[in-house]
Amino acid sequence: MAQRHVVAKLGEIAPGTSKLVAVAGREVGIFNLDGAFYAILSKCPHEGASLCKGKIVRRVESDEPGRYRVVPGSEMIRCPWHGWQYDIRTGRSWCDPDNIALRQYAVEVESGERILAGPYVAETYPVSVEESYLVVEI
Amino acid sequence: MSLALLERSPDAATRLKVVDCDIHPTFRAESQILPFLPARWREHLLTYRRNVRQGLHGALTHTRMQVNRIDAVTPDGGPPGSDVNFMRSHRLDANNVEWGLLQSLSPAAHAERNLEFGAALATANNEWQIAEWIDKEPRLRGAIQVTQEDPEAAVREIERHAADRRFVQVSMSPRANEPLGRRRYWPIYEACERHGLPIGLHVPGFGSGYASTPAGWPSFYLEEHQTFAYIIMGVFTSMVLEGVFERFKGLKLVLIEGGFAWVPPLAWRLDKHWQRMRGEVLHLKRPPSEYIREHIWYTTQPMEEPERPEDLVRIIEWIGWDRLLFSTDYPHWDFDDPKTVFRVKLTDAQKRMIFSENAKRVYRLG
Amino acid sequence: MRVPFQGAIDCDVHVAVPSLRVLAPYLDDYWRERYELQQLDRLDLSLTSYPPTAPLSGRPDWRPKEGPPGSDLKLMQREALDWFGSRYAILNCVWGAQALFAEDMAAALCRAANDWIADEWLDHDPRLRASIVVPSQNPDLAAEEIERRARDPRFVQVLVLAGLDMPLGRRLYWPIHRAAEKHGLPLGIHAGSTYRHPPSSSGFPSFLLEDYVSNTQLFAAQVASLVSEGVFAKFPALKVVLIESGFTWLPAFAWKFNKTWRGVRAEVPWVAEPPFDVIRKHVRLTIQPADAPDDPAQVATLIEQLGCDDMLLFATDFPHWQFDGDDVLPPGLSAPLLQKILVDNPLATYTRLKEKVA
Repeated sequence: MAQRHVVAKLGEIAPGTSKLVAVAGREVGIFNLDGAFYAILSKCPHEGASLCKGKIVRRVESDEPGRYRVVPGSEMIRCPWHGWQYDIRTGRSWCDPDNIALRQYAVEVESGERILAGPYVAETYPVSVEESYLVVEI
Repeated sequence: MSLALLERSPDAATRLKVVDCDIHPTFRAESQILPFLPARWREHLLTYRRNVRQGLHGALTHTRMQVNRIDAVTPDGGPPGSDVNFMRSHRLDANNVEWGLLQSLSPAAHAERNLEFGAALATANNEWQIAEWIDKEPRLRGAIQVTQEDPEAAVREIERHAADRRFVQVSMSPRANEPLGRRRYWPIYEACERHGLPIGLHVPGFGSGYASTPAGWPSFYLEEHQTFAYIIMGVFTSMVLEGVFERFKGLKLVLIEGGFAWVPPLAWRLDKHWQRMRGEVLHLKRPPSEYIREHIWYTTQPMEEPERPEDLVRIIEWIGWDRLLFSTDYPHWDFDDPKTVFRVKLTDAQKRMIFSENAKRVYRLG
Repeated sequence: MRVPFQGAIDCDVHVAVPSLRVLAPYLDDYWRERYELQQLDRLDLSLTSYPPTAPLSGRPDWRPKEGPPGSDLKLMQREALDWFGSRYAILNCVWGAQALFAEDMAAALCRAANDWIADEWLDHDPRLRASIVVPSQNPDLAAEEIERRARDPRFVQVLVLAGLDMPLGRRLYWPIHRAAEKHGLPLGIHAGSTYRHPPSSSGFPSFLLEDYVSNTQLFAAQVASLVSEGVFAKFPALKVVLIESGFTWLPAFAWKFNKTWRGVRAEVPWVAEPPFDVIRKHVRLTIQPADAPDDPAQVATLIEQLGCDDMLLFATDFPHWQFDGDDVLPPGLSAPLLQKILVDNPLATYTRLKEKVA
């Protein structure tokens, strides 16, 4: 059954950055894109590389050969091995979006007060009533 | 959303011991070669730099979209493949590597136009392999670098190291100045055969100065990456049709990083057109495919990924299960991981052959 | 196997210019003077890739008594058109004008050759169609020649050699692709080279056999170039026909091409789907030489690996010696696939075959 895991303080992951966490035996990448949070399983479905060791890039489109256009708000994680790219917001791969995608998890912001009331799994994460936290459901 | 395309059964994974036939050690900095060069050539390198057959002496003219696995940067920020200790933990231990075969691509001695300097670079490279790698890690095995454009110097270099069984092959460039089947290179093959050393041909980033495709120079790295196969295919054809294996019946050839799915179609094509034009190559006593089947092996990376994964098995059936040698190409970006690269189920016997036994036999490891 | 019914479309039949003497009437004043001055009638423009005397260039029973293979209309009518019962045959003149360095001269010779083909071949048999030979040395001049000859609907394709100065996807060549697309002409790329570049990246091999076998790498490089440069994104209606390329190499090549693209797609964002899918939409291949094993099951597997029934086009490659007797087709082709290879695919590729000829 899915459980809710506290993975970070709200202010800990600044916009444009990410944090790799270990939750329920998995490596999960938490990303802050323009203030919205996304969580993906940090394992490339291709050959299993730890995805979040790769760089964040944006999708490139083209209106005709020789023209490159970087699409705003299209952040993708690029696998550190073979360069496969995945849309962080949707989990879909760029090379084969209909068939290859990452597992995603819901991320919510919760107050320390509510978390301490349960039934959250804080694992080793210290929680205080004064702060807000990111919670991932796995 | 379906992930079926890439789901693998646990059987496809391996915990076998692995012989990795393509690992790239690299210099932490160019200055690392200097202590291995005589003073005369140290001075030359620092003054005149490398004289090569391309417009840039210190970079590839097709820039890679990505050179290395990003996670292979050494703990102190050094270039991937530059630290024997990190290679030990990150590569050899992590993948249960029993033997790792080094393919040293720099300083690309074979591509130096000044032949005497090229020979000095090859000698330095071999000394560096001993001092920095194979002396330090008993699982690593070297390849004797030679400058094939000066076959006499190449043979001298082979003789210098042949008794050291930690060198398990001779490394030439498949982007030589002439197709490698041609007779000017035969003294090298004679020495290899005499010492039981296979020839390992790894595709380099540059060499002869001829275009990387018969159609001319491509624009993009996407195209240049395909040329690794064309380059190897050209050498393969030349070695077979010139009669190298008719003359050197004990010679073993390992083609490295050229892929292998092209082998059956090219062998059929050679046989078919040989039937028609055999009058031109009367020195061949048998169909080309027979020499291919007896003398040539292939490393697996970059493994072609057929749209129907089971086609890979058909291709290997056609080539022969005894012909493939597993390789990762660590730390390069187009690396293949032994645990996941096969998307089809192999039998235990097939796995043992490809991951270990074939390489042990070809290279007489152990 | 044999052709099972009448009415196939033979997409590769070779016509040879027997000597420059036949072209003299088609040259303008300037070139006629040069012709006499330079004794051009003695100039041998047969390609190094196809010496007329080599076994490959002419099947023994398809060689005329005089002149190079492919220079005798009656022999071609009897042995290629009648014998295989073809409804149409497309003439490809694979010839040395493209190997010259002087591009104006090449253009004059190509104009003359195309006019000679129209007068001496197309006018003599309504089943014949032809490719426009172009001076690929200069893509603007090539496009001019396409515009000039495209008025005649019997010309159904633009023809270039596989080995030119640069890979064919390069933007320099786009005038050719633009003109071809505009007139509904596929770009036919025929085996053989001008040898501006050697057949291998380590230089020139020793044997013609090696050169011929290496056409595989040449075709693969051209396909990689056309796709990567975005020719099919820019000219979406353009079809490319690989002629005398063999086809068994294509799946292995395309798998690897796909694999690399997955990692480096950002380099060529105009390639918006996997390269093999682009190839299936735009690239066609003639079926001789087949370069396939004799086992029908293996041929069937190779065809399945192509993953598309639209790609193969029937061709005898007359008078080249690719097979003996009547077994012009590899074994193991199903009846529906035969219908596609022999008729439907050629008609879909060469749309001008459907046009009315005056």
